[in-house]
Amino acid sequence: MSPVRIKDHWREQRIFDRRAWFAGTVMVLSALAVLGRLYYLQVERHAYYSVLAQANGVRTEPIPAARGLIIARDGEVIASNRPTFDLMLTPDEVPHLRAALEHLVKLKLLQADALPDLIRTIKSRESFDSVPIRLDLSEREVARFAVRRYEFPGINLSPQQARWYPFGSLAVDAVGYVGTISAGDLKHINQAAYAGTAVIGKTGVEAEYEKQLHGTNGYRQILVNALGRPVSRPGVLARDLHVEPPVPGQDVILSLDLKLQRLAEKLLKGRDGAVVALNPWNGDILALASSPAFDPNLFARGISEKQYRALVNNPDLPLFDRALRAQLPTGSTIKPAIALGALTDGMVNPTKRIYASSDWHLPGSDHLFHNAAHEVCGWVGLRMAIIMSCDVYFYRLAYKMGVDRIGAWLPDFGFGHPTGIDIPGEQPGLAPTPAWMAKHYPHDYGWYPGDTVILGIGQGSFLATPLQMAHYTGILATRGLSFEPRLVTGLRNPRTHKIHWKRPILDGNLTMISPASWKVVIDAMHGVTTNPRGTAYWTMINSPYPIAGKTGTAQLTREQANGDYNRKATPEKLRDDSWFIAFAPVKAPRIAVAVLVEHAGWGATAAAPIARKIMNAYLLGPNGKLLPATPAEPFSEPATLTPRVLAGVPATLTALERASRPESPPIGSRVLASEAP
Amino acid sequence: MHEELSTESRTRRTLGGAARVLLALKVDGPLLTGLGLVAAYGLVVLYSASAENLPMLLRTLLRLALGAVIMLALARVNPNILRRATPWLYAMGILLLLAVAAVGHVYLGAKRWLDLGPVQFQPSELMKLAVPMMCAWYLHERPLPPRWSDLAVLSAIILAPVALVAKEPDLGTAMLIGAGGFIVVFLAGLRKRVIAALLLLAVAGMLFGMRFMHGYQRERLVSYLNPEAHPLGAGYHIIQSQIAIGSGGVFGKGWMAGSQALLDFLPERTTDFIFSVIGEEFGLLGVLVLLLLYAFVIGRSLYLSMQGPDTFSRLLGGSVALTFFIYVFINAGMTTGLVPVVGVPLPLVSYGGSSVVTVLSGFGILMSLYSHRKLMG
Repeated sequence: MSPVRIKDHWREQRIFDRRAWFAGTVMVLSALAVLGRLYYLQVERHAYYSVLAQANGVRTEPIPAARGLIIARDGEVIASNRPTFDLMLTPDEVPHLRAALEHLVKLKLLQADALPDLIRTIKSRESFDSVPIRLDLSEREVARFAVRRYEFPGINLSPQQARWYPFGSLAVDAVGYVGTISAGDLKHINQAAYAGTAVIGKTGVEAEYEKQLHGTNGYRQILVNALGRPVSRPGVLARDLHVEPPVPGQDVILSLDLKLQRLAEKLLKGRDGAVVALNPWNGDILALASSPAFDPNLFARGISEKQYRALVNNPDLPLFDRALRAQLPTGSTIKPAIALGALTDGMVNPTKRIYASSDWHLPGSDHLFHNAAHEVCGWVGLRMAIIMSCDVYFYRLAYKMGVDRIGAWLPDFGFGHPTGIDIPGEQPGLAPTPAWMAKHYPHDYGWYPGDTVILGIGQGSFLATPLQMAHYTGILATRGLSFEPRLVTGLRNPRTHKIHWKRPILDGNLTMISPASWKVVIDAMHGVTTNPRGTAYWTMINSPYPIAGKTGTAQLTREQANGDYNRKATPEKLRDDSWFIAFAPVKAPRIAVAVLVEHAGWGATAAAPIARKIMNAYLLGPNGKLLPATPAEPFSEPATLTPRVLAGVPATLTALERASRPESPPIGSRVLASEAP
Repeated sequence: MHEELSTESRTRRTLGGAARVLLALKVDGPLLTGLGLVAAYGLVVLYSASAENLPMLLRTLLRLALGAVIMLALARVNPNILRRATPWLYAMGILLLLAVAAVGHVYLGAKRWLDLGPVQFQPSELMKLAVPMMCAWYLHERPLPPRWSDLAVLSAIILAPVALVAKEPDLGTAMLIGAGGFIVVFLAGLRKRVIAALLLLAVAGMLFGMRFMHGYQRERLVSYLNPEAHPLGAGYHIIQSQIAIGSGGVFGKGWMAGSQALLDFLPERTTDFIFSVIGEEFGLLGVLVLLLLYAFVIGRSLYLSMQGPDTFSRLLGGSVALTFFIYVFINAGMTTGLVPVVGVPLPLVSYGGSSVVTVLSGFGILMSLYSHRKLMG
């Protein structure tokens, strides 16, 4: 069919050459495409891919900052960091996991019954991640492991820092504690800043000064391979790795006097109660004790479920900070405030005596209000009514003043609103201020005159915390100055040891109360401890320095309120709370104390002796004589406010912002009004 | 005048000393130099890419030596003997492929290897040479361009081994074998209309196939056909490869300083993705040097094959040159993200396998065809 074709060599050569040239052209074009692509990757997008390559192999590991110390005013460290050793295991490097763990059990470094759980945990992690298999080894355990380390490839001691409270429960309600970071904590911290941090302040100063104590974590870039395994010899690639050292947290200096704190806790031992002692001239808290207490070290390394349940289920509520959170009726300790209000408002003539029997009829009612234990006061003036704590006198005074007047005075003495102490958790207490009345008893509907009457003796719609009572005592001691109570006096740079002192915050000055009124009431409070009829005469007898005090016996049941009270017949939980407030020395006070002992009966019998011992410890030297006014303290401020310094200072109210707090009228608004020309 | 002439002739004689040795060896000097430089470059890169793995380097050297010996041996063989042996070689290859299918060694789910005691042997590598040889042998006696009946026979010659290899499964090698055969037919003057029709058919077939597959099926098909290449998914390979090349920039990060390679982010960095290591450590300049070496080898090969005295020589030589180009192009293309990832090594640089021996054998045949051209003709 087709013609016979003969091979034509020239033609075939031509075909081949043409095809070869064509193929050559295709190859050149293809090569250009590859070169174009290379140019795009290596020149155009070089920066982009460089970043990707760097991000691929570099992992950032946080270096936690050392947490700041918490130091008492005398230089004792109350919260520190303790080096601990954890046993870490890297599964990849352990040839025989089970054998190694069993060997550790033989050395008594692990519990045999913990092995199955431990092996499961280890298996669940990446094989190159080191897993903690035992936390916080004791020194002996560290030594026992260290000498046999060579037998345990892949198992290492890892040094860690743990929070350590060397004195255990001492001042736990002031210092607070740290605990493992919870889901709730994560919501209000910058999580990036906490990478590598194990614990966070939960309560007290640890919580309030978390930011300063925490410091700034650093980081270290390490080289990892595609599996995330750190590269042990980064060699030439190490040049781009960056290390940012951490900035340690600041040390916090407390106003606490640990000698006083220890004494207060000792005196409260075995009882439910609280002690707050402060320097009335700057609000520095010298002792803040709540009993029973608990050991914060339990929380610092992770509390066990069992330990936590034991604390929570304890009927004495050790976790409950009574000093800041117990809102209780204060009994007669309120009387000096009522008296000062009445004097200033002209509701009482201090020299006029009235006859006070053992009980009093509310006018127009047959309801009887009794004196405590149905005592008959006899003919008493304001001074003696305070000295012997005559309830009937104050029933009548309170009735005369009315709830509006009393309610207007109570906030000036720090009641019904938080004192502003520099740790969280404080309760506001309760005072029938005009605003509170308007909200709860509009047009006084439902409020009975009897409710007003018992206000005069610190019962009924009046509740305060031990901290508020100490703050109130400080206002009495300074004759009208209100300082925000504070625990933290300064922050110390851990490197330079330079201290930044905080200024005390004066947030009120009751200048409308005349010196004469102060004299009447403070003389009377002095009489409480010196007049043979004084309620604290026998507990304060022969004091080497003058003390102004006031007892309080707060009633918890209706029988008590009616005066039909038999202490022995009443179950302990319903017995009277015992209160005592005092400041000393009377003329130039250095310390103000409030003591609460729950369910202990008369204020004079349980609370007053505690207050006396604390004041003695603070004011008396080893020879039993009054110490000079300024004790040498390593952390005392260069310019401590003294009565003399303050006398020349007009009411420079640094914290009138108080007004911004809801439900509390601006303290000192009256001060400013009275000072206006 | 006489002096000058004698000087010149002496110079020519001394220069010719080395040339005569090469001539006696039937070896092409420039091509040998090019191949040597590429192999040397490859060793330098492999030292870094393997993280200073000396045993690996030693094995590569041994393979290069074996390949060189075979190349030199083949270069000395008379092309006529080669041509006459071709059908037997091809038949043996087909038989070996059948043997693999029957008793082959299974590795990673694919049957590719014949276990010959101490050595393992991949018959598909033999086919990379045998198929173009067979096509060239078939077309040698026939007038060009090939007729339809010739094309039918050629299709059978090409597709039989392709099908066997694809069934192993080793799609990449099957494609390369097919390409080697097709290049011979193309160089023989396959009509442009037929080429265009074949291209259209291939594109249509691909689109048609894809149309009826879901994404996961497509992926599964690819990983089924080539399980080794995608242990972590093709996407990861190509992303890390582009990061490596891109981060190398113009000058590269330096020898032994490629973080992508050293930290294991680059997969298959001694084998299929060694091109990325070059891009990362030596930058655009280093890649250009390598590509220029390749261009020289390919250009020289093409030139040599154009000098071929007969159809067999020219077609076979051209096929060796163009197949070599396809290796380089596909590898460079897949590491830079230009073409899909198929397991094609970078010739003479990638570590491993029989491919070094195959490639050098091809160049040995090419040299033989060129150096014996005067004997034929």
